[in-house]
Amino acid sequence: MESRNTNQAFFQHVDWICIILYLVLIGIGVASIYASKYDFDNTELLSFAKPSGRQVAWIGLALVIAVVLLLFDGRMYESCAYPIYIIILMALVVTIAIAGDIKGSRSWLVIGPVNLQPAEFGKFATSLALARLFASYNFSLSASRTNYLKALAIILIPVLLIIAQKETGSALAYLALFLVLYREGMSGSVLLAALGAVTIFVIAIKYSDTTFMDMPTGEAIVLMLVMAVMTGMLAIFCKDKKIARNVALWFIGTGLTAWLLHLFDIDLPGTIFFITAISIACIYCFFMGIKTRLNGIYPCVWTAIASVAFLFMVNFVFTEVLQEHHQKRICVLLGLEEDLLGTGYNVNQAKIAIGSGGLSGKGFLNGTQTKLDYVPEQHTDFIYCTIGEEQGFLGSVAVLIIFLLLILRVIHIAERQPSVFGRVYGYCVASFFILHLTINIGMVIGLCPVIGIPLPFVSYGGSSLWGFTILLFILLSIDASRRSHPAYF
Amino acid sequence: MKPERNLDNRKYIIGGIAVLIVIIYTIRLFALQIMESKYKDYADSNAFLKKAIYPSRGVIYDRNGKVVVFNRPAYDVMMIPRDVQDLDTLDFCRAVGISVESLRKRISEMKDKRLNPGYSSYTPQTLLKHLTAEDYGRLQEKLYRFPGLYIQKRILREYNYPGAANILGNIREVSPSDIERDSYYSRGDYTGDLGVEKSYETFLRGEKGEEILIRDVNGRIRGHYEDGAHDKKAISGKNITLSIDMELQTYAESLMRNKIGAVVAIEPSTGEILALVTSPTYDPSLLVGRQRGENYKTLRDDPLKPLLDRSIQGAYPPGSTFKPTQGLILLQEGIINENTLFPCSHGYINGRLKVGCHSHGAPLPLKPAIQTSCNAYFCWGFKSMIDRRAKYGNPANAFETWKNYLVEMGYGYRLGIDIPGESRGFIPNSNTYNKVYGENRWSANSIISVSIGQGEILATPLQIANLSATIANRGKYFTPHVVKSVQDTIIDINYTTPHAVSIERRHYETLAEGMRMAVTGGTCRLANLPDIEVCGKTGTAQNPHGRDHSVFMGFAPYHDPKIAICVYVENAGFGATYGVPIGSLLIEKYLTGDIAENRKYIEQNMLNANTIINSGVKKH
Repeated sequence: MESRNTNQAFFQHVDWICIILYLVLIGIGVASIYASKYDFDNTELLSFAKPSGRQVAWIGLALVIAVVLLLFDGRMYESCAYPIYIIILMALVVTIAIAGDIKGSRSWLVIGPVNLQPAEFGKFATSLALARLFASYNFSLSASRTNYLKALAIILIPVLLIIAQKETGSALAYLALFLVLYREGMSGSVLLAALGAVTIFVIAIKYSDTTFMDMPTGEAIVLMLVMAVMTGMLAIFCKDKKIARNVALWFIGTGLTAWLLHLFDIDLPGTIFFITAISIACIYCFFMGIKTRLNGIYPCVWTAIASVAFLFMVNFVFTEVLQEHHQKRICVLLGLEEDLLGTGYNVNQAKIAIGSGGLSGKGFLNGTQTKLDYVPEQHTDFIYCTIGEEQGFLGSVAVLIIFLLLILRVIHIAERQPSVFGRVYGYCVASFFILHLTINIGMVIGLCPVIGIPLPFVSYGGSSLWGFTILLFILLSIDASRRSHPAYF
Repeated sequence: MKPERNLDNRKYIIGGIAVLIVIIYTIRLFALQIMESKYKDYADSNAFLKKAIYPSRGVIYDRNGKVVVFNRPAYDVMMIPRDVQDLDTLDFCRAVGISVESLRKRISEMKDKRLNPGYSSYTPQTLLKHLTAEDYGRLQEKLYRFPGLYIQKRILREYNYPGAANILGNIREVSPSDIERDSYYSRGDYTGDLGVEKSYETFLRGEKGEEILIRDVNGRIRGHYEDGAHDKKAISGKNITLSIDMELQTYAESLMRNKIGAVVAIEPSTGEILALVTSPTYDPSLLVGRQRGENYKTLRDDPLKPLLDRSIQGAYPPGSTFKPTQGLILLQEGIINENTLFPCSHGYINGRLKVGCHSHGAPLPLKPAIQTSCNAYFCWGFKSMIDRRAKYGNPANAFETWKNYLVEMGYGYRLGIDIPGESRGFIPNSNTYNKVYGENRWSANSIISVSIGQGEILATPLQIANLSATIANRGKYFTPHVVKSVQDTIIDINYTTPHAVSIERRHYETLAEGMRMAVTGGTCRLANLPDIEVCGKTGTAQNPHGRDHSVFMGFAPYHDPKIAICVYVENAGFGATYGVPIGSLLIEKYLTGDIAENRKYIEQNMLNANTIINSGVKKH
């Protein structure tokens, strides 16, 4: 093929904005790692004995990888997607078998002097496979259940393998791909349901230590929310407004009755009261559904029933499904436990480090909390602390904005792809960035439970740096050669 | 469903999610970094270990430049409980030479909020106090093995003389109320207690320094914060020179051994106190170091009250040493002149009232009355003044006039010596008697005993010595003080400004002559030294506690006084028996540096005498 011409054109077509943002982020990363592990005695940046020195080496390799990836023809990835996916899956399986135990996780492959974490490379492989699936001729998520199952399988196989490596955090990151499914046609109600489930979970756990009408306050709040949401949904989705009005009147009426009785010192048992009220409303709606044949009624009813069912599962999930350290992390996050020397220590120290930064920070290399090891994992998962402490509010927000620009740019690139493959892959990249940003920074500033996943390009670590570099540069490679895609003409 | 149609809009939703999250996180960062200030403090307390550097405390010299009190380093083991990790107790105990049990006990005491109200696992706590230099050396080598422990250097006092405890005072650890009163102190600091250590605390203590160390999460010190730019050097305390002559002081203490009482010697021309002795006393080094608490308790519970500084806190009837004041007042008020005669028929007899006196020629004028310490003379004099209604209107007015002279002479109020705890003694005023007898229902005879220094009158040995100094100066005195100078500081003007008594100098000359006569041919003959013209006045103070107190007040030389003195020995009988010999020995010692051979026997007698047995205090 006209390789020379393409090569020339190619560097013109590469998305330089992305590359600049990428370079800025890895630059911030090295500086922060240097600062976080700054040694008063050994101030050398490039010493290989120090994380910042090693990170510089990883970056060198990453840049080589990036250039090589850009030199490939973007169309090649589509054909290699499944083989790459399978190779990585095999690597994950092998890792489980041969990896040694490092801090309770079996996710590291030791190859000579380098430790690799295959889970980080699973991200681009899974994205390629998912993109390849959607690029199949005439593939549409909504076309059949089998298509959903295929997509879910591609996502969940690596998730299960990584969970088997005891890297729950990394596995959770793959749930980001549900955003891609959403973009490609999955109903938004799945995301809303997930949001609803989290809301119910948080409220039920957070307010479980006080009681209201003989039941935990949290559960009572959730049940009242269910009543409100059900009424609201009926009002929106059901054409017959009388039904919504009747349900609303019923809920208000029973509520007022209960309150009046309470004034006369007769307290109804909360569980029975709410369940009865909601059940009667549901039965009424079913009855009206059959009578009026209005389909809009059913989703409202199912939502209410599912929410109530989920609510009563929450306790079970919390105490039986989650491991003890997960429970603790959640309790600490929700402010139910202090435990400043145990589980809460990390988050508390992280908050102290960031909070002490003030508006403009203490200045590069002047942070005390991160440098003196008060913040654990300060150069890997908690790297954002160093930025917060030394660069203050301005620096922290600047990093957030750089990430936001990168994410929006990736979405923009994804949308301009002529091929389904390119677009789906692009969304995979954006989704992973969104999720990592949300969880990593969220945990550092105390808005998410502690889930140990890195901040892309900034956290120390070769595997994560290379994994994300490959993830991004495959997209840039695809994007650079988009003009030669048949659909482009 | 029709898929592709509206899916394109979903890019906005996904982009919107990203934007929303960034906005939420920005708000959160704003709250953490800008709205909340506590994290800055937390960060500082995390990372900075502020360590006090204790300055060396001022050294105390005597008037001749001899070192009296100096510093000795001591080492406290401090513990920050939060930072302690798996303390190897056995290893630690071996290093400091204590048993594991006593360490356990000490730790549980330290953590007991009742015994140690300031306990916090985040702040340094004193684990062990006053390590010896050897233990310190051994521990210092091993210290790196005990994270959370560090050594705090302290300054303790060491004494070159076993005496003068009442003047010097001592140092002790600050109490919570000290910290509340003065923000300079923090827990574990030392402050002066009693004596000049207390009254000159602000000069002696200097100024604490502070070093700000960077401390990592394991409690390891990683250097000085910004290379010590924020450290503060300690400023040494100022040295103090006492007016005390330690040789005289020690000699006086030895003469007062086995006696209860006090000696005060003042340089009249300056008000500088040369010796300030209370007896029984104690060795000030008892109140240093680890044994301080126990020793303090023993001293406090001692029935002879060695912690009471009788020289300034003991309020005694002055007895006949009071008579010169009477002579002065009567002369100044014109009640008598030098030649006025009063009768004495073995006492003052007026109606049914009789105040006894001893044998001497009568009637007699003032100087012989001083010489022989005639009670009747001063009773008559007092009566003539108080009952002179023509001049004063009523006895109450006359008494107020009388009292005001005494106050001028330093009685009835604190003189203002520069060590704490001074007692004011007691001089009644007319109200005192109005309350007892009713207004206008009393006269001189009702209160006649005050004229001879008995009755309600109480004075401290310091006040008596001050009277002696005033007569020596012929009518003025300087506030007595024990500190001659403070390094780089001008001492309080109160100690360098003379107080003049509004009594004419010639009257003082008369009294001085009377006191000279008492030495040459009166009650104080034992003080009649061949080379030194001593003036003196004895006192034999009746008291409700047993035998009379033996008192001597005097000064020398007659014409150029260098020393004024008061000796007060409880329950020792006549003033001439103990007061005069001790007083004369001190005067001789101070002015000639030695005791004449023919007087050594007096010295021996006094050194060996024991009058505690007369005091009625049972010592167990």
